[in-house]
Parts: sequence; C-alpha cells; structure tokens
Amino acid sequence: MASTPAPSGQSPSSAATPNSSRTVLSAADIDRALTRIAYEILEANKGSANLLLLGIPRRGFPLAQRLAAKLAATDPSIDPAAITGQLDVTMFRDDLAHQPTRAPQRTELPATGIDGKVVVLVDDVLYSGRTIRAALDALVDLGRPQAVRLAVLVDRGHRELPIRADHVGKNLPTSSSEKVRVRLAEIDGPGTADEVVIEAGA
Amino acid sequence: MRHLLDTESLGRDNAIAILDTAQEMSAVGEREVKKLPALRGRTVVNLFFEDSTRTRISFEAAAKRLSADVINFSAKGSSVSKGESLKDTAQTLEAMSADAVVIRHWASGAPARLATSGWIDAAVINAGDGTHAHPTQALLDAFTMRTHWARLTGTPSVGGDLAGMRVLIVGDVLHSRVARSNVWLLRTLGARVTLVAPPTLLPVGVEHWPCEVSYDLDATLEAGVDAVMMLRVQAERMKASFFPSAREYARRWGFDDARLARLDALALKDTIVMHPGPMNRGLEISSGAADSPRSTVLDQVRNGVSVRMAALYLLLSGDMKAVPTPALPAFAQPAAKDHP
Repeated sequence: MASTPAPSGQSPSSAATPNSSRTVLSAADIDRALTRIAYEILEANKGSANLLLLGIPRRGFPLAQRLAAKLAATDPSIDPAAITGQLDVTMFRDDLAHQPTRAPQRTELPATGIDGKVVVLVDDVLYSGRTIRAALDALVDLGRPQAVRLAVLVDRGHRELPIRADHVGKNLPTSSSEKVRVRLAEIDGPGTADEVVIEAGA
Repeated sequence: MRHLLDTESLGRDNAIAILDTAQEMSAVGEREVKKLPALRGRTVVNLFFEDSTRTRISFEAAAKRLSADVINFSAKGSSVSKGESLKDTAQTLEAMSADAVVIRHWASGAPARLATSGWIDAAVINAGDGTHAHPTQALLDAFTMRTHWARLTGTPSVGGDLAGMRVLIVGDVLHSRVARSNVWLLRTLGARVTLVAPPTLLPVGVEHWPCEVSYDLDATLEAGVDAVMMLRVQAERMKASFFPSAREYARRWGFDDARLARLDALALKDTIVMHPGPMNRGLEISSGAADSPRSTVLDQVRNGVSVRMAALYLLLSGDMKAVPTPALPAFAQPAAKDHP
C-alpha cells in the first residue's frame, strides 16, 4: 500500500522507474570496441603513415586520445599526442538559428596540419549525421586532407544525410524518442564509470 | 542576451560567456580560411552617426569573418543630413530586414531607444552613445586584461575573471563612455578600479560609482597597479576649459616617458599600458609609452575583432534568452521570418 511513504527495502533493480535507462556498453565494452576500432584504422590505412585523429568536442576528443594511445601501443613509432587533435564544429552547424546559443569550443590541430593527411574524425554518437557534415565543412576551411574517415563509438541510426561511419563501436537500434548518453571519465569527472546508456524519452 | 546596450546590466555569466567565445574566435584569424559560416545570410547594419575608424572597421571585419552581409551607413552623405529622424532611418533598415544594428550615436541613450521602442526587430549593439556606454570596447579591454592576468597568475583564461587585478583609468573620465563601461564591467569581473583625473574632468556623482577616485597619478602608480588605461582627451566634446593648458595636463595626468621609467623603478615589470585609441601622442600618452613593450594598444585592436565576433554570434544565433533589459513592448518575437 502506498499509504505510508516510508521507504521500503525495495531493491534498486526494479525497472519501473518513470525515466528508465539501461546500460548498453560498460567500461570494458567501450575499451574492447576502441581496441577493435584502433586495429581497423590501422588495417584500413595499411599502417600508421599520415594518420591524424580529430575528436569532435566534447566526448569525441577523449575518445580520439584513447584511440591514439591504442594505436601507439601497437605501433611504437606513433607519438599519440602528435597525431591527436580537436575539431570544433559549432560555427558550421546548420541549426544555429534554431537552437539555444552554443558556446564554441577550441579547435586544436596537430602541428603537422591536416594537408595530405588521412584524417579520422572521432565522435561518440552518430545520429542524424549533421554534426559530421559540419565537421567536413570545418575541415575544408583548415586544409585539404588526403582522405577523411569516420569512427564513432555508437551508431544509433536515424540518418538524415548520406553519411556513414567507417568504424563503428556498436550499432544500436534506437527509437528517436530515446536518448543515448555516453559518459566518459575525462568529461564527466574522474569518479564516473565509462558507459553508454539508453534513456527512454520524456 | 537580446541586445548589448551597456555593461552595467551585463551579468557576470554573460560577460564571461562573451569573453570565452571571443577566445575561440581569436583562433579564426590565424587559420587558412579566416571565415566562419555561422551568420551566413544574416545582415548586419553599421549605423554610424558619429565618426569612427577602428570601431566601424572592427565591427565590419567581425561581421564578415562570420559570413554576415554588412551594410555600412554613416550619417554624413545620407538622408540624416537632410533631417531624417532616427526612427525613420531605423525603419528603413528594418524594411531591408536587418538582423542586427550596430549603432554609434552622439546622443546618450539612442541605442536603448532603438532597442526598446519597437521600431525595429533586430538585435541592437551599442557601438558608443554620447557619454553613456561603449560596451564592446570595455569587453575588449577586459579581454586584453584577462589574457594578461591569466598569464601572470598562471591560470587558464577561459572561464576566468579579473579578481584582484588593480586597474587605473586615467584622464578625461567626464566625456568618456569607455571609462563608464569599463568601470561597470571591471567591477562585475572582480577588478579594483581607480579613476585618476583632474577634478574638472570627473562627472557629477562619481563618488557613487563602484571605484575609487584620485587626483594624483604618481601617488596611485606608487601604490602598485597591474594595468593603466589612458583615456583620450576628447577635445571635440570640450566646450569649456577643463585644464589650463595641454602641457600642464600632459605633465600631471599624461603617461609620459618619466612615468614609464617610474614603472621600472617601482619594480612593476608586469604592468601594461592601455589606450582605447585614437591616441593624442604627447598629450595623454607619450610616444615612448605608446610604442613600449608594455603597450597593448594593438592587442586591443586585434582583440576587438574577436570580441565583436563573439557579441554578434551570441546575439544572432540561437533563440535568445530573456534578459533583464527593459522589457520590449508587445511585439512579435522573430519566430518566423517570413516575408509577406
């Protein structure tokens, strides 16, 4: 009976919370997916020559750093800091006039620049594809890469543009009313466990 | 933010948001393509009823770097010289569907009138009105100081403020909208401001401003200072004699070579010398000081473009958050920009 509001010893595993969420990737899953993506990148590029990893803020950048560390673990000639950068796409978005104002983030490129490089864009979730379109525009203004590839941790479908990822951590069928949340210790605080969570839409 | 009219009503969060955005904008000037598509298809009108070099050019450069279309309007050579009113001029611009109006006017309060009267629907940015306010100048000064202060204190400048910084604002405070805007903004950001001026060049009621006031430049320099901002002696606004002679002014309140050397003698090696421009060399600032490594005059100009890009971007992108500017009269928000 709900007449007494006293907290009963209810187990936290009850899935009947109004805003239910479930974890689809744990920290170990994320790590394994990134390891596989790192090998895929090396395989597709036939080695580590000319590789650059550009993360899209905010969570793409730590993912790019982790990928670079994994690349360096397989190929000791790689300096992870020298091939990792951050690419802000805020000013290139097509929804600037319709969204609340977004504060631009920093764009930091490796000292080599991107001309003639194989640029791997890294983001956490691939959804409509519009962020990646903006990223491609941002790249054009910075130089002319030899090739651009896309690596994402989660592909949740619902593309609105003809864009596809070359390397996907996990394909996640979702409803567009659901929210996919990626938590990474680098962004969400050192105490946070890495995970990917699907939350039911409001 | 919907309009940028003064710094007195600019909250700390909004001020820091503008400075942080400006920080990211400043990187655009170093790229291969010095342009961002953020304001493509938007129209910015520079409405200048008063002469200006750097502010107008700076706003024009800022708008163009954000891919906005820029229409320049100066009162000279326009219908204003035939007696057209501000309202009619503004509504002409509205009919051309301007998205932002950057206005400089000789009358204090003209931008606020434009923003609140319901004549136009565009965002209004005050580029200096009479002796009232010049918010983008204060923001670029604060940006310059914050960069310097962050380097001194070893903290990242993004997200930071000016807590504890000692700033002198010296000279013609009476006619200076730059001084007024700076006093309020620097107070918001936590700096300690001292105004130094001859008593005749201080406005009535200055004792109620959030700053200290002194008549003696040398004494305040000796007390220690992190930034000295020299103000231009605005001869064009001086309809009475405020000081006996230019030489006496330069000797007592000008930043001359002797005072520049005095900074070294006082072991103030990190003190910067600022000037909003245009400079009267030899009057309020000597050439030696203006061209010294301490001078940030050209940094200020450079930062001006970044700060104005940030202001334009924040005002023109996204749905504007309600701000405590005077409430707009019942007037359609720009929900749908459909042309009839």
